[in-house]
Amino acid sequence: MTATTTRTRPTRPVGTVGLAFWRQSWAGLRVLLVLTVLLGVVYPLMVTGISQVTMRWQAEGSLLTANGGRTTDRSEAVGSALIGQPFDGPSWFQPRPSAAGDGYDTLASAGSNLGPLDRDLLAAVDQRRADLAAADGVAPGALPPDAVTASGSGLDPDISPAYARLQVNRVARERGLSRDEIAALVERQVVGRDLGFLGEPRVNVLRLNLALQTMGS
Amino acid sequence: MTRVSTFTTVAQVLVVVGVLAATHRPLGDYVAHVLSAPRHLRVERAGYRLMRVDPDADQRWSTYLLSLLGFSLASVLLLFGLARMQDHLPLDIGMPPMDAPGAWNAAVSFVTNTNWQWYSGETAAGHLLQMTGFTVQNFASAAVGVTVLAALARGFARHEAAGRVGNFWSDLVRTIVRVLLPLAFVAALVLVVGGVIQNLHAHTDLTTLTGGTQTALGGPVASQEAIKELGTNGGGFFNANSAHPFENPTPWTNIFEIILLLLLPFALPRTFGVLVGDRRQGTAIAATMGVLWAGSVALLTWAEMAGPGLVPAAAGGAMEGKETRFGEAASALFAASTTGTSTGAVNAMHDSLTAPGGGVAMVNMLLGEVAPGGVGSGVYGMVVLAVVAVFLAGLMVGRTPEYLGKKLARPEITLVALSVLAMPAVVLVGSALAISLPAGQAGIQEPGAHGISEVVYALASAGNNNGSAFGGLTTGTPFYDTLLGLAMLVGRFVPIALVLALAGRLASARRVPASAGTLPTHTPVFVGLLVTVTLVVVGLTFVPVLSLGPVVESLS
Repeated sequence: MTATTTRTRPTRPVGTVGLAFWRQSWAGLRVLLVLTVLLGVVYPLMVTGISQVTMRWQAEGSLLTANGGRTTDRSEAVGSALIGQPFDGPSWFQPRPSAAGDGYDTLASAGSNLGPLDRDLLAAVDQRRADLAAADGVAPGALPPDAVTASGSGLDPDISPAYARLQVNRVARERGLSRDEIAALVERQVVGRDLGFLGEPRVNVLRLNLALQTMGS
Repeated sequence: MTRVSTFTTVAQVLVVVGVLAATHRPLGDYVAHVLSAPRHLRVERAGYRLMRVDPDADQRWSTYLLSLLGFSLASVLLLFGLARMQDHLPLDIGMPPMDAPGAWNAAVSFVTNTNWQWYSGETAAGHLLQMTGFTVQNFASAAVGVTVLAALARGFARHEAAGRVGNFWSDLVRTIVRVLLPLAFVAALVLVVGGVIQNLHAHTDLTTLTGGTQTALGGPVASQEAIKELGTNGGGFFNANSAHPFENPTPWTNIFEIILLLLLPFALPRTFGVLVGDRRQGTAIAATMGVLWAGSVALLTWAEMAGPGLVPAAAGGAMEGKETRFGEAASALFAASTTGTSTGAVNAMHDSLTAPGGGVAMVNMLLGEVAPGGVGSGVYGMVVLAVVAVFLAGLMVGRTPEYLGKKLARPEITLVALSVLAMPAVVLVGSALAISLPAGQAGIQEPGAHGISEVVYALASAGNNNGSAFGGLTTGTPFYDTLLGLAMLVGRFVPIALVLALAGRLASARRVPASAGTLPTHTPVFVGLLVTVTLVVVGLTFVPVLSLGPVVESLS
C-alpha cells in the first residue's frame, strides 16, 4: 500500500485478519522462546551462582546445627532459623498455633483462612487460651494475641517477647532450673524491630530452645 | 512495652512514601527515555535477529494489538504445556503434571499478570516450571502492561499519524531488558541477604531439634520473588506467598518488597507525562493514585490495629493469619499496597483480615486497579477514568471535551465507557453465577455474609488481575478454574483492546491547542474530580453486592 492511501481505512476481509493473527502468534512464540532462555534460565542461574558463592548460608535456607552454629548441610541441621518447627513437651518453649498441615508442615504452608466472625475459630481461640493458661499457670487474660492465633504461613519462627516471658515459669519448673536464669536467657534472645521501627519485636523459638539446650547440658 | 506503637506505624509508611518520592521522577524519566530512544542496544539487535521480528516498523494500533495478543496466546500455550508435562522435564523434583483445567487456570493467571493460584507451589510446581514458566511470565506480563501505556501515550502525543502507535516487539523487549531485568537482578540479591533462599535442591527431610522430621525446602525463590513484586504479579513460590519466611524473612525485607511493588506503578505516571510532553499531567495522575492509596492504607491500618470483630476481640488483637515479625501495622500496609497495585501477593491471610479491613482490600481491587494499579495497567486505567472525568466536566459546561490536546468525541467516549464497564460486568455476572450454581456454592467455606465476601473477592481479584484471595474459598475445581480463567482473560484483554483502539483513533486525530475554555487537567481541582469519579463509578456499580458481603459483616 502506498503512503498516500494510508489515511483511508483499509477494508480487510476476516480471513486476512485471521492470517495476520497467526503470523503474529508465530512471531510471539519465537520472541517468547528467546525471552524464556534469558529470563527463565540465564537470570535465575546467575542469581543462584552469585548467591551460592557470596551468601551460601542464606541461599541454602539459614540452617542451624544442634549447637546453634550455621551449616549448609541438611544432614547435620536441626532446622532453619527462619522456619518454625514443633517442640514436643512442656520443657521447651512453644511456638504459635499452626494451620500448616498438622502443625509446621513445610509442605503445607497456610493460614487457617478463617474469618473474623467465624464461630469455630472463636471456639479454638477460647480453648487455646484456657489450655495455655492452665499449662503456664498464668491468668487467661495475660496471654498475648500471637499465643492463641495461627500465623499466615503456619511456619512462623517467632513468638512475641510477651509470650516467651509467660513461658519462663513452666520451662524452669520442667527443667529444674532457676527462673531467673531462664528469664535472662529469654531477654538475650529478644530481637527488636529492624532499624528500630520496622515490624515488631520478637523471639526466635528455635534459637531460644537451642540456647536453652546448651545451658542445660 | 505497649504492643502497638503509633510512631513505628507511621514511620513505616513514611519510609515507603519517602523512597517513592525520591525515585518516581528519575525512574519515570528513565523508562520514558527507554521507550522513545531511537537506537537499539547491541544485545537487543542480536535478539531481534534471533526472533526474526522487525523492531522498527511503526505499527497501526490493530497490528500492535495482534502482536500483543499473539504473544499472549503463545505464552498461554507454552505455560499450559510446561504445566502439563513438567514431570517429563528436568528439575521437576518429583512434581506431578497439572490437570487440564488447573494448567489452563495457572497459564491464564500468569499471562494476564493476575497470578491467582489454585495450587500450592511446594506440592504442585517443580523448579523448571517456576523458572521457565512463572518467572518468565512475571517479566513478560508486566512488560505488556508498559507497552499498552506507551502506545496510549503516543496516541495522545502524535499528530495525524494514521493510527500508528509504535512497535510492540521493541516496547516489550526494551522494557524487559533495560528496566525490569536489571532491577529484578539487584532486588533478588538483596532478598538473599535477608534470607530468601536461592538454590536448586529438591525438598528433602531433616531431623528437628526434638527428633521429629521436617521437610527442608529448596528452590530458586529470590529470583522469582524479586520480579513477583516488581512486576506487580504476586504469584508466590510457596502457598503462603509473602507470609512464608523463605519469601519474606524479616521486617526489612517486608518493607523492601512493599517498595518494590509500588516502585513502577508510581513512576510510570511520570513516564506517561514525559511521553505526552507535559510532565504536570503525569504528576496529576500520580497524585490521584497517591490520594487513593494513602486513604486505603489509613483505613486498613486502622481496621487491623483496632481489631473489631468476635475473633480479634477474643484473641486480644487481629493476629490470626499474621506473622509475628510483621504484626498488624506492617501487614495492613502490605495488604493495602498489594490490592491497590494489581500485585496480589500477601504477607497476611486476607480471609482473616477484620471485616472492614477485608472490605477495604476488596474495594481497592474494585476501583479497577488504579490506586496505583499494576505496572502499566494502572496508568492506562487511570487515563481512561480521566477521560470519563473530562467528559463529565464537559457535559456540565456544554463544551466538546478534550484531554491532552485531543478532542474526545462520541467514538472515543464509547471506547472508554466499554472499557470501564468490562470489569464490573465480569465481576458481577461471575459472582452471580458462582453464588447461584451448586458447583460454585460447593467451594464456599463459611456460609452467610462471609461466604459472599469470599466469592466476590475471588471474582474481583480475577477480573482485576490482582490475584490475592480469601483463601477459604476452595477454587481448585473445574468450575472455578474455568470461571476465574475467563474472568482473568476478559478483565485483562478487553480493556487492552479498547485502550489500543482509543490510542489508534487519537493518533490519527489532529492536536488542538489549548484554549481559554479547555479544562486544565493538571490542577488539584482536577485531581479531586478524578478521585471522585473513580469512587463514584465503583460506588454506583458495587454498593449492592458490597452491602451483602463486607458491610453486613462489619455491622454484625
